[in-house]
Amino acid sequence: MSSITLPAGEDKPVYYEIDEHPHPEGHSTLLGFWIYLMSDCLIFAILFACYAVLGGNFAAGPGPKDLFDLNLIALNTAMLLFSSLTYGLAMIAMQNRNLRHVQMWLAVTGLFGAAFLAIELYEFSHLIHIGATPQRSAFLSAFFTLVGTHGLHVTFGLIWLVTLIVQLGRHGLNPANQRRVACLSLFWHFLDVIWIGVFTFVYLMGML
Amino acid sequence: MSTDAIPSTSAAEPTFLLGKLSWNSLPHDPIVLSTMVVVIIGGVGLLALVTRYKLWGYLWKEWFTTVDHKKIGIMYMILGLVMFLRGFADAIMMRLQQVMAFGGSEGYLNAHHYDQIFTAHGVIMIFFVAMPFITGLMNYVVPLQIGARDVSFPFLNNFSFWMTTSGAVLTMASLFVGEFAATGWLAYPPLSGIAYSPSVGVDYYIWALQIAGVGTTLSGINLIVTILKMRAPGMGLMKMPVFTWTSLCANILIVASFPVLTAVLALLTLDRYVGTNFFTNDFGGSSMMYVNLIWIWGHPEVYILILPLFGVFSEVTSTFSGKKLFGYTSMVYATVVITILSYVVWLHHFFTMGSGASVNSFFGITTMVISIPTGAKLFNWLFTMYRGRIRYELPMMWTVAFMLTFTIGGMTGVLLAVPPADFVLHNSLFLIAHFHNVIIGGVLFGIFAAINYWWPKAFGFKLDKFWGKVSFWCWVPGFWVAFAPLYVLGLMGVTRRMRVFDDPSLQIWFAIAAVGAFMIAAGIAAMLIQFAVSIWKREALAETTGDPWNGRTLEWATSSPPADYNFAFTPRIHALDAWYDMKAAGVEHPAEGYKDIHMPSNTGAGVILAGISTVAGFALVWHIWWLAGLSMVGLIGAAIAHTFNYKRDFHIPASQVAATEAARLRQLQAAGA
Repeated sequence: MSSITLPAGEDKPVYYEIDEHPHPEGHSTLLGFWIYLMSDCLIFAILFACYAVLGGNFAAGPGPKDLFDLNLIALNTAMLLFSSLTYGLAMIAMQNRNLRHVQMWLAVTGLFGAAFLAIELYEFSHLIHIGATPQRSAFLSAFFTLVGTHGLHVTFGLIWLVTLIVQLGRHGLNPANQRRVACLSLFWHFLDVIWIGVFTFVYLMGML
Repeated sequence: MSTDAIPSTSAAEPTFLLGKLSWNSLPHDPIVLSTMVVVIIGGVGLLALVTRYKLWGYLWKEWFTTVDHKKIGIMYMILGLVMFLRGFADAIMMRLQQVMAFGGSEGYLNAHHYDQIFTAHGVIMIFFVAMPFITGLMNYVVPLQIGARDVSFPFLNNFSFWMTTSGAVLTMASLFVGEFAATGWLAYPPLSGIAYSPSVGVDYYIWALQIAGVGTTLSGINLIVTILKMRAPGMGLMKMPVFTWTSLCANILIVASFPVLTAVLALLTLDRYVGTNFFTNDFGGSSMMYVNLIWIWGHPEVYILILPLFGVFSEVTSTFSGKKLFGYTSMVYATVVITILSYVVWLHHFFTMGSGASVNSFFGITTMVISIPTGAKLFNWLFTMYRGRIRYELPMMWTVAFMLTFTIGGMTGVLLAVPPADFVLHNSLFLIAHFHNVIIGGVLFGIFAAINYWWPKAFGFKLDKFWGKVSFWCWVPGFWVAFAPLYVLGLMGVTRRMRVFDDPSLQIWFAIAAVGAFMIAAGIAAMLIQFAVSIWKREALAETTGDPWNGRTLEWATSSPPADYNFAFTPRIHALDAWYDMKAAGVEHPAEGYKDIHMPSNTGAGVILAGISTVAGFALVWHIWWLAGLSMVGLIGAAIAHTFNYKRDFHIPASQVAATEAARLRQLQAAGA
């Protein structure tokens, strides 16, 4: 580390930027949102770890094979995967600057997301109805918390989605709204990735 | 002197309107009751003064709603200072209890009250003293050091501050309404489970930390993005000041560890509120899962606290030795290595779990390995001082005290890292002495160095040197008198968190420790006097150059205090010590050609959201379900309403910038004349 590094051939180095040095608003929002998502990912990592450690502790209660209905879960997974696909279509529509299509595809995404949530709530109510409650065993505590936390994220995603559709209607595809659509896209696909983990690790491996 | 543990809240039937809250929740203990009366009188007096001098508008417009990183940094420091006084009051109470409770005496605190005091002391000192202090420092200094006008997300910064404050408010509320956790500062289950802690103490603990944790995580994200995206042109990563480097690493640690705390506390919440079985004794729960998870957060946390202060010591040593830092590159690598290693040592907090020789060996060795980069840092500071022209100003005095104190604390840490030794010393006062040795000797001394170092930058006048020295000479010997006896007691097998003692031969050590605690109290008093005297004599202590210490980094290139926009022109960086480089090259600040400066607008949204969070936390603690539901809906509604605000910025006109800069130039010329 030399104390002064002058570029060769330049006798008068510039120490102040005379022209305004622009930072367009929101220039680092996506990086910030990525880092937030990684922190959220860590929360799921802990919940997965808890499931891995406690998931075999049935406390003489029911286990995965007694409880899970893979057909229902396959349908549920399809709903979420379709919603990711339609969100991708919304992003393409945004690149084409087609506001109506963005709103439409976001709405379709929301419907798939709501269907996913409805099926999940049905599954939960069924389990609770037959006595497989979160209080029954550490396995069920970990199961309900992991899957429920994902569901809670989808719920917040839906609230955000509806808000965004309204805001798009008011302000159109201005830079702020484009940023928001992009962030929600990251969030939505992130939930999809988490669900792939849940589907594989909890449901498929549980039925082995 | 009551001897039995009486929970201050009896198990009355919860009501719809108030949940578990009732008249019984208010204090009966004469100590707490009198404290409450004093606090209420003081609080009402303060509010009356603010109203009398019509300061509400000023406070709201200039401070509460500000998005200026400098003002938010100062507010963090004030929060830390206020909570420090509370945390220290707890410490003095513990010292008094332990020195009294010999020879059949029960001391003056009943067990239930004493247990809450040591829990609150730990929680407050870590979460609401050390964390606000380091976040405040990073907030104030980092944007200035990298030549930026603010952080990347100014509103988020304001919101983070108020969430931290909200957690502090809930913790303080527990002193008077209900009770605090009586579990120790990490609230291990099953003790913290509903079966053994049925009252609201642990709930206060959970919600205070969850709300403050949101603020901490968001502030971590904010500062990472700021450092990565907002550096002045020319400042490559290896030209960043060391304090900015250590801040970057500390914030990466925050983002990579606080979610673990959030998750594990959420699971404890479910156990307590819903009746799940994560950490219970039966139905397959595992309390050791909690202990592992909380330390996966907890160990990185201690490095979150110390790393920024390592940066402070680097800046101070280099400035006051009049030399560039020895081994900048190795300093950066040492910081990064510590950041990574801090994730693979958590199990050393509970070698006694019994995970077997190989696991314990692994974690023992990784723990010892951390001392290598830390040692490298120490040698770098020593070599920076070597043949330097050292000026023993207050920041440098604290730095030297740190080097001596922290080294010994580090060595006792290496002792504890040896599993067989740990089996003897686990949970003993030796451990208590060790971590106070590194946290006080490292974190707190570093904060004092930083306050003395950057105060002139923040306020435009230096701190009084005489009272600073009085504080120093009370604090440093006081620390050793207070904690050396705990090392001795720990080696004799005395465990932590004891309320009464049988063996009279131990009393003398507790008496010495109590004397030390009062020396520290004198040090704190001297520091408060130092602040008061300096504010009083601010004309005489005025600092008009912007560069009182002959500094080397960019924050000294601005006026003291800096203008709202920090830099009228963005600096271009050519060397590691950018400001020193500019001074050496005799660079003149341009005196014309100012442009409009784009700035973020103030907003009250942070105060509102954090205020609703406080209400939500309080309602959840007391099981006031209607209020909890209402405030949750309010929280989401307010957050959504905030997103409908698209106008969040304004421009400072060039004429105003020109006027501010002209005034500064006159001041500089007057100082130079």
